[in-house]
Amino acid sequence: MLDQEKWAETVLTVVGLSAVAILGLIILFIFKEGLPAFTQVGLWQFLTGTDWLPSKGKLGILPMIAGSFMVTAGALLIGLPLGLGCAIYLSEFATPRTAALLKPTIELLAGIPSVVFGFIGLTLIVPFIRVFFGGPGFSVLASSLVLGIMILPTMVSVSYDALRAVPLTYREGMLALGASEWQTVKMVVLPAARPGILAAAILAMGRAVGETMAVIMVAGNSAIVPGSVLDPVRTMTSNIALEMGYATGLHRQALFATGVVLFVIISVLNIVARAVVRRK
Amino acid sequence: MKALPISFLARARIYSKRLTWQLVALLIMISIVLTGCRLRSRVGNATITIAGSTSVQPFIELLAEEYARSYPDRPAVNVQGGGSSAGGRAVLTEVAQIGMLSRQPEGPEQELTVIPVAYDALAVVVNPQNPISALSSNKIRAIFSGAVAQWSELDQTKGRIHIVSREEGSGTRAAFDSLIMANADVAARAIVQDSNGAVREIVAHDPHAIGYISLGLVNHRVKAIQVDKVQPTQANCRAGKYTLVRPFLFVVKEPLDAASQEFIDFVLSEYGQKLLAEHGLVAVNSNS
Repeated sequence: MLDQEKWAETVLTVVGLSAVAILGLIILFIFKEGLPAFTQVGLWQFLTGTDWLPSKGKLGILPMIAGSFMVTAGALLIGLPLGLGCAIYLSEFATPRTAALLKPTIELLAGIPSVVFGFIGLTLIVPFIRVFFGGPGFSVLASSLVLGIMILPTMVSVSYDALRAVPLTYREGMLALGASEWQTVKMVVLPAARPGILAAAILAMGRAVGETMAVIMVAGNSAIVPGSVLDPVRTMTSNIALEMGYATGLHRQALFATGVVLFVIISVLNIVARAVVRRK
Repeated sequence: MKALPISFLARARIYSKRLTWQLVALLIMISIVLTGCRLRSRVGNATITIAGSTSVQPFIELLAEEYARSYPDRPAVNVQGGGSSAGGRAVLTEVAQIGMLSRQPEGPEQELTVIPVAYDALAVVVNPQNPISALSSNKIRAIFSGAVAQWSELDQTKGRIHIVSREEGSGTRAAFDSLIMANADVAARAIVQDSNGAVREIVAHDPHAIGYISLGLVNHRVKAIQVDKVQPTQANCRAGKYTLVRPFLFVVKEPLDAASQEFIDFVLSEYGQKLLAEHGLVAVNSNS
């Protein structure tokens, strides 16, 4: 009995450590491949340069940093209110039967491959924007719409769980005091579930920043800082995925360096967001 | 009976700190060994691996299928994409026997043996609704560099020109840069797509778009325009009249194994070249 216990412990330790080891190896590899580009181009020049023409030796990723931020912000602007609203409805207002039907349907969204979202964006959203708003259609707006829908399942299920975790007695107490259902939600349930909702937003943001395939298909991938939401845009992940297959030498290192920048940005965002959650 | 595992575990617990590091070291070793095995098994294997340019890939896939049908006893040919640079790297690191390039070899690729297998013409394409059917190469350069931004500067059509280009490092892009753009840069606001098919798709749907793709991939959904008054056709390429032509190359590392050589011979044979010509490429030996 005892040695079985210890075996289990050892095996699980190995499994657990291997996940950490893989992460460590990935970080090591990306930094090893990417750091030469920083020393060759210059960190500041690399981060603030607005021209990305690797064949001419111009390696500035400011357009891609701006692109990632704009597209992610747009996706959150669309996905957060929709997702939170949906979660509130499911948790507070829907009858159990409706909720039992809707929740799995929304979670099914998470199972759709990103290339399918990209294809829908390409065949529906891009032409729609081109015809009704002008421009090429491939734009910040198209990417934000596609990503906004893609982050819905994360946003809905995590914030739904947070809302459900608020004890029923809180609601009962509020209702007993004569508050309406919406007042209860606004004044008691939402504040109590705030850390969980923030966690949902963080996860959704991570998904939006990291998504590559769908964005490549609808963003247009121009290496410019977009002047409006109808301008094409290139994100950091798209930049890496688009050009990695063909890149050699400094160009390849610059793509890994883009990965390093992305890694640092995501880590910082996560640390900040976690600190916010913990402070409540 | 179970003395061994207990004593092992007891030691493991005592040295658990050291064990952690040993595990990390072990994982690193395993990953290195696995990478090594993969390289070795590929080269020692009976199949021929070809990797590289996605422009060349569909044509070589076609020939590989035909090769398997004609010579079922010979080693199978496995064709992969990845891009010209990935192809060159794959041959240099001996992951693949043959690399496909749609541009001239660069850097370390120049050590490899180069075998031209066909020529491909670049067609400048617009939407079929666009009244323009001919442009000079100077005008094309002006459009793609952003100097000419409105269709009205070229004819009566209204609207902003939507330039569709390929990503940096793509063979098609490199060919377009050297054949048309000379020293000018493609405008940064150009839409960038990662395949000929995606460029064709956009141009087919957007009346304001202009792009460039392989002549072999032009179909009725896009309009290939005359460049300097010459229609892009195979005959005009062979006659040397149409000048937007780039080579499709194989690169190999000497000495080449017999199986790969046999496939290359098949590609260069009269039959292989005829198949490539049927699919829109220009054969290397112009008599076929």
